[in-house]
Amino acid sequence: MTSLLNRERPPVFCPGCAHEAVVRGLDQALEMLELPGNQVAIVSDIGCSGLFDTFFNTHAFHGLHGRALTYATGLKMARPDLKVIVVMGDGGLGIGGAHVLSSCRRNLDITLLILNNFNYGMTGGQCSATTPTTGKTSSGFLNELEAPLDICKVAVAAGAPYVDRTMATGRELADHLADAIRYPGFSLIDIWGLCPGRYTKRNRVTLAQMEEDIKKSSLTTGPVAANEREEYAAHYFRLAGSAPAASRPISVAVICEAPIRKRCDVLLLGSAGQYINTAGEILCLAGMSGGLHVSQKNDYPITVLRGHSIAEVVLDRQPIEYTGIGTPAVVVCVAAEGVARRKKVFATLSEESLVVKDGELSLPDTGARVIDIDFAGLKIRSSEQVLAALAVVAREGSLLTYEMLAAGLRHRYSGKMLDEALAVVNRLVT
Amino acid sequence: MIQSFIEGNEAIARGAVAAGCRFFAGYPITPATSIYQQMLQLLPPTGGVCMQGEDEIASIGFCLGASMAGLKAMTATSGPGISLYSEQISFAIGGEIPLVIVDVQRLGPSTGSATKGADGDIQFLRWGNSGGMPVIVLAPVDVRDCYLLTIQAFNLAERYLCPVFIASNKEIGMTRENIDLDTLTIPEPEVRKPCPADYSGRPFAPLPGEKVPPFLPMGGARLSRQTSSTHGEDGYISTDPAVIEAGILRMQEKLLSTVGDFTLYEYDGHAEDSILMVVYGVTARAAKTAVRQLREAGDKVALLILKTLYPVPEECIRQHLHGKTRVVVIEMNLGQYVREIERLAGNIPVRFYGRMNGELINSQDIVLKVRS
Ligand code: SF4
Repeated sequence: MTSLLNRERPPVFCPGCAHEAVVRGLDQALEMLELPGNQVAIVSDIGCSGLFDTFFNTHAFHGLHGRALTYATGLKMARPDLKVIVVMGDGGLGIGGAHVLSSCRRNLDITLLILNNFNYGMTGGQCSATTPTTGKTSSGFLNELEAPLDICKVAVAAGAPYVDRTMATGRELADHLADAIRYPGFSLIDIWGLCPGRYTKRNRVTLAQMEEDIKKSSLTTGPVAANEREEYAAHYFRLAGSAPAASRPISVAVICEAPIRKRCDVLLLGSAGQYINTAGEILCLAGMSGGLHVSQKNDYPITVLRGHSIAEVVLDRQPIEYTGIGTPAVVVCVAAEGVARRKKVFATLSEESLVVKDGELSLPDTGARVIDIDFAGLKIRSSEQVLAALAVVAREGSLLTYEMLAAGLRHRYSGKMLDEALAVVNRLVT
Repeated sequence: MIQSFIEGNEAIARGAVAAGCRFFAGYPITPATSIYQQMLQLLPPTGGVCMQGEDEIASIGFCLGASMAGLKAMTATSGPGISLYSEQISFAIGGEIPLVIVDVQRLGPSTGSATKGADGDIQFLRWGNSGGMPVIVLAPVDVRDCYLLTIQAFNLAERYLCPVFIASNKEIGMTRENIDLDTLTIPEPEVRKPCPADYSGRPFAPLPGEKVPPFLPMGGARLSRQTSSTHGEDGYISTDPAVIEAGILRMQEKLLSTVGDFTLYEYDGHAEDSILMVVYGVTARAAKTAVRQLREAGDKVALLILKTLYPVPEECIRQHLHGKTRVVVIEMNLGQYVREIERLAGNIPVRFYGRMNGELINSQDIVLKVRS
């Protein structure tokens, strides 16, 4: 194989910059792996390391600061056969921290090269997430305040199955890179190097001392046994392959003609756990079975297991325009929470409106015709009350018929659930 | 007549699959979450990819990567997520990356009200990219539009290599309606034009006489380059003002000069109408009722429902402004699109009516406003 370096665009880093050594090392590694350029994508972000993709004859994806891993993830999931190599600096590591952690957890077969030179080179030597507290940077004393990040330790804790740390200028760099790229899962290499343009101007760091520091960090490098597991894309496609086919939306045929002559707005007022939303759906399916147009909105607090639960349903012979509730034709009240939430509506109702309610509930003053149901006496459970109330509405016959309600139930339930629901309805209709 | 009963969000998900979407990534956020939940049902069984990003920035980033590999991709969120998408939206524009972005709007500002609707992000979608480049924004009115406009959105993204927004609203996304999916006239799904084998292979070089470059997929036989930085046709950073300007103007023109080809709207009016009502989104529904009520009372009122909001379909709007003596713009916000109408209306007085309290504007509100 031949070099994948782009001869028309030689590296343009400051003399002595560690990045240049990594460019050569990566090229050697790709040569060792005998990878043609069109099977490799180099994904980079912002900063001096962001120039990386321009030096290679490979696919190249250069994006926003810290976000390289996000593009690499989508690319790899779309093309699992492609070698995806992400290059970023310690700046990208800091700003894109959530993506680094998530990549460790995800274990998609991407190789992340962190070109760690302990400061922001391109913008003038400000401190980064890896700057030692003793370092001198153009961020004044600020780096003294924040502990430097040991990304290798963090990556292991976050589940990365392959972690390595090495010197940019080390002779084995290409081998380290080739091993990481070869690894069939997420691999991260923390590559330490000098930034003569900024960092070493202010700080007396030597390569020997950095090597010493790496040794002292006594990191076990390479595969992390405890974190090794199935690669994400392979795992995803394995599970996706056995995922059940998505269900088609319900198909409702018209079986009879609904009794309503004009638009009817309906409010179902209850509390959490009373299947108010389901009842709204059943009412809509019933309406559709009667040839009506329908719409439904639900109103409930974010704490879904507590508080009011309200369904707003509109039934009309014409396509429904406004989906809000005007003056409701029917209001079903099965819990005080729902009634309290819509207390203003009751005063607006005339005798043309029907209210069907739990006999034990007290309502605000209303001009509507009110039917009480003795749920306690009938021993109808709280979760079945709204359905029982709909049965009473069907019995009255102005909004929907029994036939429509039964059809609505058949679209929503089957088996034992259907039998139970029909039993509740039958008790109140007859 | 066989009808289904689905919400706008489900219609968007099903429309996306009908359009050929193979990749979805999102982050849960009310009122957009059910789009993600639906995509999770729809994509994996057919070999498509559905992912939950660690945040919104990651979710849209995944989509950009997948789209560059050639897959049709979509993401969905609400206002707070659009805020986080912003840098990546700018990238999709500048890098000419096809992507459908759904904003199921909630009442703002900020985290606002998760379960209340509004159309408060309209100008944000238009201008929420660094650089202020034009974007395409489509606004559905109902569940049917959610399905059909999503297919249109994919087609436009593929045709013009750009992000396309669907400006939905909690009041559409989470409202269920009956819809006859089988009788819809579905737009033919389009795919991006591949780079011909004998063509330069410069990723941002359009074919002669064209404004949109043919697509070179990342991972294809020929090398592709993508960059968020200002670049020449070769995809390498350029500092040459002439090169920069040519690229920027081409990206502007590819949308501004073609909006006539994708101006989606409904117009209900007669030659003698003197009042023009302009609406979009869920408010259009109450406006239809209001127009009927106004006409019954003898008012000469026409209704223009815009579904392509951006680029502003100026020709269409001008044509319908012609001959009117008064314009009323109604929006579920404090007055955003009215600015576009005002600048096109010339001497015709434009009045705005809007509200941002989480409640739908109803027909009585509109009738009163037109009468006053
Ligand atoms: S500023 Fe530092 S990182 Fe950037 S090129 Fe110069 S030496 Fe390298």
